[in-house]
Amino acid sequence: MQNQAIIIQTEHFQQLIDNLILQGYQTFAPTIKDNTVIYDEITKVDEMPIGCIDEQEGGFYRLKKHSEKTFFSYTVAANSWKKYLHPPKIKLWQITKKSNQEMQFVSENKFSGKLAFIGVRSCELNAILIQDRIFLKDKFVDPIYAERRKDLFILAVNCARAVNTCFCVSMNTGPKAESNFDLALTEIATEKEHKFLVEIGTEKGKAILENIPYKEASLEDQELAQNITEHTINQMGRKLDTNNLAEIISHSYENASWDEVASRCLTCANCTMVCPTCFCTSVQDTTDLTGEIAERWRNWDSCFTLDFSYIHGGSVRSSTKSRYRQWMTHKLSSWMEQFDTLGCVGCGRCISWCPVGIDITEQAKIIRQEDQRKKL
Amino acid sequence: MQTVDPMLPVQYRIKNKVNENQDTFTFELLPLDPEGNFRFLPGQFNMLYLFGMGEVAISISGDSERALPIVHTIRAVGTVTKAMQNLQAGDLIGVRGPFGSSWPIESAKGKDVLVIVGGIGLAPLRPVLYYLMAHREDYGQVSLLYGARTPEDQIFMSEYQEWSKKLDVYTTVDRVDRTKNNWQGQVGVVTNLIAKAKFDANNSIAMICGPEIMMRFVGLKLKDHGMKFEDIFISMERNMKCAIGFCGHCQLAGTFICKNGPVYTYQEMQKYLELREV
Amino acid sequence: MIQNLEPILAKHPLFADLEPEYLALIVGCTKNVRFKEGEFLLREGKQADTFYLIREGKATVDIYASNLGAITVHTVDAGEVLGWSWLISPYRWHFDAQALTPIRALAIDGKCIRDKCENNKALGYELMKRFTQIIVQRLQATQLQLLDVYRVH
Repeated sequence: MQNQAIIIQTEHFQQLIDNLILQGYQTFAPTIKDNTVIYDEITKVDEMPIGCIDEQEGGFYRLKKHSEKTFFSYTVAANSWKKYLHPPKIKLWQITKKSNQEMQFVSENKFSGKLAFIGVRSCELNAILIQDRIFLKDKFVDPIYAERRKDLFILAVNCARAVNTCFCVSMNTGPKAESNFDLALTEIATEKEHKFLVEIGTEKGKAILENIPYKEASLEDQELAQNITEHTINQMGRKLDTNNLAEIISHSYENASWDEVASRCLTCANCTMVCPTCFCTSVQDTTDLTGEIAERWRNWDSCFTLDFSYIHGGSVRSSTKSRYRQWMTHKLSSWMEQFDTLGCVGCGRCISWCPVGIDITEQAKIIRQEDQRKKL
Repeated sequence: MQTVDPMLPVQYRIKNKVNENQDTFTFELLPLDPEGNFRFLPGQFNMLYLFGMGEVAISISGDSERALPIVHTIRAVGTVTKAMQNLQAGDLIGVRGPFGSSWPIESAKGKDVLVIVGGIGLAPLRPVLYYLMAHREDYGQVSLLYGARTPEDQIFMSEYQEWSKKLDVYTTVDRVDRTKNNWQGQVGVVTNLIAKAKFDANNSIAMICGPEIMMRFVGLKLKDHGMKFEDIFISMERNMKCAIGFCGHCQLAGTFICKNGPVYTYQEMQKYLELREV
Repeated sequence: MIQNLEPILAKHPLFADLEPEYLALIVGCTKNVRFKEGEFLLREGKQADTFYLIREGKATVDIYASNLGAITVHTVDAGEVLGWSWLISPYRWHFDAQALTPIRALAIDGKCIRDKCENNKALGYELMKRFTQIIVQRLQATQLQLLDVYRVH
């Protein structure tokens, strides 16, 4: 069933943000920090990277001035939306020791706000769905994620361009958002006009359009939007052949390419930090100086660290090779066994933000080639 | 025991503490809440929390057919377990659980059973022994093969005599210091005991727990004796933080040891036991 | 090529004083091989069919434990024999062996020789005599290693 498509003028975008704030949402959108697009909390449109365009490649990111004052010509931000649904650091609970030595637990997780994400790319939307599968639809439910996800408002953006590191088409996660959003917009910026074609995904989305003038999108407008998507599809910077990939990687543990990539990998963990699906955390138990109050904190962790796999005696994955292999095998193979999808959405961040430009699509290709070579 | 927040421990008090040997001790725990209840399946583990210090994953080593007390046999190997060694009856401990998969006590009915353990590995299998003994008629030949480092390192020694009445018990140690112990029993690796045990390889279930090397060698030896890998069960171990499948630490390829394990068939694990650093 | 390997085998202590006809049988199951540093010669649990006479280089015999990595229990040098499980049922390797340095070796098809021994018991006895020597030496060494004599008491 087709979503209702309407046209909104760009000058009304601020009203959209205002409406969200009026409805009690904390609004997050792309902003600029240190010459990089970063998602952060905003209230005003001019906090967004208007008129900016990005260039991304292995170990390379540049933000430049665009010839037009478009709202969304850049692509994925350096960080991802996961920091708001799956906080990097959060207190799980606190205990005080009572006078009779008994422990009084206080569970901290009472999030009562509402989050609104403005400018979610299709790849990122799919990443949120992937994390939904992990935190909401498995053996246990994570209350921290659930609380924040419950009332989440998603304003998706259909990319008008792709950068060299994009491969959402290969992963079947974009560039157009098909569902699971409240509103999805495609920015139409031609010589003649500059406007937004907005698809209404839910009643909640429609409600936010209150007192914003709009009209039904014409067939021409819809065709323009489709062409924009076509253009982006053709502009994809990279490809990843996912055909039977999980299976191939699962029997490639002793592939020589792991040694090669290990000679370049710094185990800096950047990829896991920027990846919108990576979810690993660690737990820290602390106490204050008096010893009367103890806390448990949860924080992001990375399989690239040496102590991630520590058991008495030593770490199971002590070599760089084993840790890179763990990450990539999990992302493109084990994830399938665990959650029935691949863990990668093709956003390309891991390629851009790897200091040495390690390319997951390249590594997957090498493994596939080696597998084919062995079969011959 | 279901906690609303699976990351929040429930308070238990140590009812009794027994020192099994110089580095291993057993706690019996009772909930502070008088209405508290606890059920587990043999093979499952709890996360035990020591105030301000941290948590450790410890297998439950008591009788699964008795609700309480919760019994844990712990070896002092790290910061938290060494601190736990200093606790006494009356002290408090936080408990989350039970978590994990269990030993195949149901599917082993009607078959011969081999329980093969090394070192502290006897603790996670003691609930199985209790169950087998309580339902002895449901099983064929039942043997316990136990390998310890030295005679002084053995645990649960006071129970062997009782066990010998219902099971065939074979023990061995790696070495004996005759100035400390006049051990008259077997010296050598636990795999040597397999040839002594009575079992029909075509109709047996083996449950193995101990250091990974030991489990590998025992598994391969059982295969030599004619058993199939799908009838051999082992208990895997990895770094654990949350025990609920979210932190990612306990992953072994596509499986979460806290959720899908720690008990697996040798067949499921065979591929990974042959690889390094997985 | 077979012509080249026979004198090499004959000189090796393992095959000293072996009847020429038996030597010829073994040579028929032998070939030259090379291993790069880090390559595995044997893998624990795998079928034990080929054993090696190391000509140049060194191999470690290891057991791998997840948390401790690969523990070396023994090294095999140039001139020494690697692998005897090919001769003893259940014909399965019990350890890993990895090339510590680049290795040149003679790979001998143990399965081929086992089959020949079934038909030629005398050959079998000659090989048993030689291999049990190696095995007993290794066993006695291992028992001494096990004593951990250097530990602090």
